[in-house]
Amino acid sequence: MNKKKFAKFCLASILGIAAFTGVCSYDAGAGSGLHIINVSYDPTRELYESYNKIFKEHWKEKTGQDVEVIQSHGGSGKQALEVINGLQADVVTLALEYDIDAIESEGMIYDGWKEEFPDDSAPYTSTIVFLVRKGNPKNIQDWDDLIRDDVDVITPNPKTSGGARWNYLAAWAYAQKTYDNQETQMEEFIKKLYQNVLVLDSGARSATTSFVENGQGDVLIAWENEAFLSVQDAPENFEIIDPSISILAQPSVAVVDEVAESRGTEDISREYLNYLYSDDAQRIAAENYYRPVSQKILKEYGNVFDLTMELKTIDDFGGWQEVQQKHFASGGVFDRIYSN
Amino acid sequence: MKKNSKRVIPGFGLTMGVTITMLSIIVLIPLASLIIYSSELQLNEFIEIITAKRVLSSFYVSFVTALGASLINAVMGLILAWVLVRYEFPGKRIMDGMLELPFALPTAVAGISLTSLTADHGLIGSFFAKFGIKIAYTKLGITFALVFVGIPFVARAVQPVLEKLDGSYEEAARVMGAKSGLIFRRVILPELLPPLLTGTGLAFGRCLGEYGSVVFIAGNRPYETEITPLIIMSQLQEFDYKSATSIALVMLVVSFSILFLMNLMQARNSKRLRGGDV
Amino acid sequence: MEKRTESKIVKYFLIGISVLFLFVMLVLPLFVVVTEALKKGWQIYIESVTDSYTISALMLTLKATVIAVLCNTIFGICAAWAVTRFQFQWKKFLITLIDVPVTVSPIIAGLIYLLVFGKQSFLYPYLQKAGVQIVFAVPGIILATIFVTFPFVFRELLPVLESIGTDEEEAAALMGANGWTIFSKITFPHIKWALLYGIVLCTARAMGEFGAVSVLSGHLRGLTNTLPLHVEILFNEFQYVPAFAVSSILVLMAVILLIIRSIMEHKGKKEKA
Repeated sequence: MNKKKFAKFCLASILGIAAFTGVCSYDAGAGSGLHIINVSYDPTRELYESYNKIFKEHWKEKTGQDVEVIQSHGGSGKQALEVINGLQADVVTLALEYDIDAIESEGMIYDGWKEEFPDDSAPYTSTIVFLVRKGNPKNIQDWDDLIRDDVDVITPNPKTSGGARWNYLAAWAYAQKTYDNQETQMEEFIKKLYQNVLVLDSGARSATTSFVENGQGDVLIAWENEAFLSVQDAPENFEIIDPSISILAQPSVAVVDEVAESRGTEDISREYLNYLYSDDAQRIAAENYYRPVSQKILKEYGNVFDLTMELKTIDDFGGWQEVQQKHFASGGVFDRIYSN
Repeated sequence: MKKNSKRVIPGFGLTMGVTITMLSIIVLIPLASLIIYSSELQLNEFIEIITAKRVLSSFYVSFVTALGASLINAVMGLILAWVLVRYEFPGKRIMDGMLELPFALPTAVAGISLTSLTADHGLIGSFFAKFGIKIAYTKLGITFALVFVGIPFVARAVQPVLEKLDGSYEEAARVMGAKSGLIFRRVILPELLPPLLTGTGLAFGRCLGEYGSVVFIAGNRPYETEITPLIIMSQLQEFDYKSATSIALVMLVVSFSILFLMNLMQARNSKRLRGGDV
Repeated sequence: MEKRTESKIVKYFLIGISVLFLFVMLVLPLFVVVTEALKKGWQIYIESVTDSYTISALMLTLKATVIAVLCNTIFGICAAWAVTRFQFQWKKFLITLIDVPVTVSPIIAGLIYLLVFGKQSFLYPYLQKAGVQIVFAVPGIILATIFVTFPFVFRELLPVLESIGTDEEEAAALMGANGWTIFSKITFPHIKWALLYGIVLCTARAMGEFGAVSVLSGHLRGLTNTLPLHVEILFNEFQYVPAFAVSSILVLMAVILLIIRSIMEHKGKKEKA
């Protein structure tokens, strides 16, 4: 009952807290046996939920080990940034090559990751389509309908959402074709398009929510897989319109070498991504409305996907570094179309 | 008397030690790192970043909506405090207890439910849509969310002062024949002004930085409904730490200055209160 | 005492406005949460509330809340004592610093911890060597929670300590009582209710924190997801009903806490009177 005792009491409680904190972090790390962390972007939740199940079986069969895959989902750019800041991801499965490049430039992923797995390390692809209200009341058929005065567009912000950069580039592809590479007219087109944007959400999923749940806008520029999901949920409310031209979106995957090495999970991480190319996994991708890269499986699902659409690739625009500089960096085209 | 109290009451070293240590670990060092990080920038670079047109208009949006919301809260908070202190009516305690709800409700949950309320098909939104007023996805919507966030601040600041306010001045004024409106303006309002300002200031500071509930309701269109915290978020997504920390620093300085002003006022206020106690 | 001469009209007008305001701003949003949560019936509700990810998120939220409240209570008592019992320079500045976390944008709160403990920081290699992971792990979440609720207990104690004055304590000290005795026998009974009130508020706020935690969590399912983050995740999975169901847990906890607070305040007032 003296001053010392009180001091001790305080000291003890602070120490206790520190110890408790330490214990928490310890059991979080060691609690669950063999596990790998897959840091992914928003719309792949359903895909990886199914895929992780078959991968678990596959790994058990192959090595006899039980493995748990822990998922993290969020905006692609944000996820990449978190990995750079120390999120202990064994593999990343992001929306854009550019985001993985950013991790590479920190030295956490080795050069040449793009060649490590087949098809530019993109085991599934998608494209950009329009989701409209049932019956297509505004008669939206192609990109030029989106700049009509009576059409309200919903698309996420390409600055905060990796997926939205594909949306933007798909529109750019149309402009390029229509205006025959006349830059000023192309910019004018993009500007008009984004002037029609009613809600510029920060992520692809919140844009879908604005359109589907809160009933905003006439057309949602969406990833094909997202559009299919919405139609599947409410076929009486929505339909998909395929524009004449779009872009081949290639979500990339990579092993985060630095983390996998320090955790000793290189083999399993590599196998995790490799197995994405197996027939079973490709079928899962297709069932989640991603276009499988395996031609054989793609044909099996030929009645689902519109394979006649003209699809540009990112290389048609000079690669991500150039696109980023030109369009999305501060003062780029995207900033310009919003200034007055 | 005050001066030698330092020697009389024990515990200065211990309590001050704990205070400074925890303050340093939790607040000071992290905030300092922000300042250090942005001090790596040249001054002109810094100025260029924070005066970029898009950033400036986001300051404007944040400022206007936060100001609007805190003014609404100032008026409503005053009324709420008045009603809760001066009147008796059924359900009063429930009302009193509810005031802190915005503190306790996760901002994301608040944002989602406020959006679905005020969207064109929502309960409130459909009512206003008849008059051609859109709430969700406009500045109005942001203000709406911020009003929600700021509710407890003013009411809770005014309430204790109003409770302590001696009825004798009012009584005296009334006896001398002053009208209620005049009494309120001349006698009560001056007493309530300091806590009112403190509460409004705190609410304003909080609203300025609010993110979770606003992103859902804002629409996030650049130059129109894009708030400053969202700009910071988007700079981070572009791996642009410099811009993010610079803008964060500006916001930090603003909220710190508001708080400092408020604390000066509060000090004066508490002196007055103590004087009133005697 | 209640003989106010203001017209009844003013009274009912003001009450009416208040009730309407609180109804629109507070009751309706809660109503939305509850109706959406029960849209598909109790079955789905129970299922989503007892989902294993929900449970682990709940546990993490409780863990972070308990630790944060503990820290902030100790801090709040110490700081309030230091500030009200002694005179020193820079006092106002110190109080302002303690208040800063309330008005700092949650995004910035998350960002500053990333700068200090993240991979970019010079501390990171040392932390790594010691095997301590702070950001994107539980300690980061706890830190963020402490940060956002930092001044809550302090703020509640400050006016009470200020208004009771120091006379009794000084007298006790002059009679030779030591610090702990003074605090537990003289000061504590006065601040008991304010302290509890602060703790309840702190708890309520800690449970609901979203922004700062979101920056620091990494959203690892089952590992670093708190309840509010889990709501966001469910929402992003288009699982609206489960999202609102999980929200309703948070709403329920908040309402319970506020009821406790209300009862305590009432008791405290009674005791005083």
